[in-house]
Amino acid sequence: MTFGVDVASMLLGGVAAGMVLFIVSVGLSVTMGLMGFVNLAHGGFAMLGGYAIALAMRHWGFGFVSALVFGFVLTAAVSAVLERVLYARLYGADELDQVLFTIGLVFMMIASVTLLVGPENQPLALPSFLRGQLDLGILQYRAYSVVLIAVGVVIVAALWLGFERTRLGAQIRAAVDNRRMAESLGINIARLFTITFAFGSGMAALGGGLGAEFLGLDPQYALKYLVYFLIVVAVGGLGRVTGVFYAALLIGVLDFALKKYVPQGGTAFIYALTILLLLWRPQGLFGARAT
Amino acid sequence: MTEPVDHPAARALAERHRLRIWEAIPWLLALGFFFAFPKHLGFGTELLVTVLFAISLDLVLGYAGIVTLGQAAFFGAGAYTVGILAKQGIWHEPITGLLLAALVAAAVGFGSGLVLLRTQGLTLLMLTLCTMALLEEAANLAHDYTGGFDGLDSLPIAPLFGRFEFNPLYPTTQYLYVLAVLFVCFVFVRMLVYSPFGQSLRGIRENMLRMHAVGAPVRGRLVLCYTLSAAIAGVAGGIWAQANAYVNLGTLGLDRAATVLIILVLGGHGRLYGAFIGAVAYISLSHFLARIYPTAWQLGLGLLLVVIALFARNGILGIAAALRRPAHRAAS
Repeated sequence: MTFGVDVASMLLGGVAAGMVLFIVSVGLSVTMGLMGFVNLAHGGFAMLGGYAIALAMRHWGFGFVSALVFGFVLTAAVSAVLERVLYARLYGADELDQVLFTIGLVFMMIASVTLLVGPENQPLALPSFLRGQLDLGILQYRAYSVVLIAVGVVIVAALWLGFERTRLGAQIRAAVDNRRMAESLGINIARLFTITFAFGSGMAALGGGLGAEFLGLDPQYALKYLVYFLIVVAVGGLGRVTGVFYAALLIGVLDFALKKYVPQGGTAFIYALTILLLLWRPQGLFGARAT
Repeated sequence: MTEPVDHPAARALAERHRLRIWEAIPWLLALGFFFAFPKHLGFGTELLVTVLFAISLDLVLGYAGIVTLGQAAFFGAGAYTVGILAKQGIWHEPITGLLLAALVAAAVGFGSGLVLLRTQGLTLLMLTLCTMALLEEAANLAHDYTGGFDGLDSLPIAPLFGRFEFNPLYPTTQYLYVLAVLFVCFVFVRMLVYSPFGQSLRGIRENMLRMHAVGAPVRGRLVLCYTLSAAIAGVAGGIWAQANAYVNLGTLGLDRAATVLIILVLGGHGRLYGAFIGAVAYISLSHFLARIYPTAWQLGLGLLLVVIALFARNGILGIAAALRRPAHRAAS
């Protein structure tokens, strides 16, 4: 019985972490798949969004939910401007230039936040209805994790619907699969890029705020978790929303379980697994085989 | 034997690998530094090691066009080889120690290159990153041998040629030793990139498909290049460990890998001397600025990278070449 409860609580924690990973990484996957752009600054947008959310709650009297919306909108707007002004110049450029540009951008984000807000961790106070424990029948669990899972499920469902059932989603899928063909059909790729980029960064901001409770929130956030986001995207496949979802859950649960049962060396296992997986399927678990 | 063609293009091609007078300048400056700033030799040693490391990256990135974020894996492999051998009392002699470091790093490079270089683009980037993270994690786990997070310090390194001690306070031996090793490695890399092998690497960088089409053994060349570059990075790591009598996890970290990438790109990649210019510019700036205004330094560095990526794709040497070119064109 206790073992069952153990496993259940581990699964809950892992799935909650996986949801945050998904919310942050999904934008990265779509922009990388759509534009073939190596965006190492994606964690930076999550960090900026997290800061916007934390500051809005502490200083400007926002509630948790309205602060999340605020962070989403602000980060999406900022990233849309950056995309139009700077990113767009490097579409189709060497990977090296894209890597350098986005590393530079991350450095600037980290330094600006350190200068403006300070280097210390920003605590994010959860509203009272999200604190405490929730009785789930077989076990008591942190209410926040349960809510996170619920929110994650709603977001996945909404994204799936948006991706599979709307005109915009169909355009994005078409552009990921065959950009030239999509362009010939008259899809405005530049506009599509800006919209998805802004939306993806907004999602990252949301993830930054939602995950701050257990990932923390300091300027180094932008680089600290970047490898995780990249692993999720690489494992899930570029431009695959459902793929990223499964990959995020897998990595979230694995990481949670490994940290608990193998506190030493758990991370090494995830790296090794990622290497093997990418060698076996370079396009990721759920990606289409490149033609 | 045909008549030598006297055409500007033919002459330029034939004279491409000729030694130029200005190529002596960096070495003279390095020697001059030794006599002019005896108090800053520790800084100078760090600088020279960085140049060596950046040259190793130039070979894979600048010549073969492999974008890697994991070059520090080989630096760390070399550093830990020297560190563990010295700490366990197995091997203290510096020069053979460096050869061992090169061998171990080359083995890591060969093993990982053999599998990683099957992939390209983002997957390759991710794989280099993961390989390095895996090594870092392994070094962290093998606490008994590597000292884990704390690293290994006070490494007993034997005197060079049995005579010259490595004194941590007056690193004269270290400086000259690193300079000599850098010179040997540089001459090797210079010969390599101007050899037919180096030319075929450039061909692969410019158009891999075409190199396949003309029957060049593309993967073999890439793996060989990756292995040689790893060996040189291993020498850089090993000599860093010897000069500082110290190894830690930082030798394997993303920070080091990103820094050397920045240095090379700042100087200009694929042009040998970019490593020198970039290392001097970066290390001097970071030495003076980063201690006083670390945040402003990071902001400025970020801005510099963005500007380089957007406007000056070939770093400082690239800008210099671009400035010279219109002048040439106007003259001819």
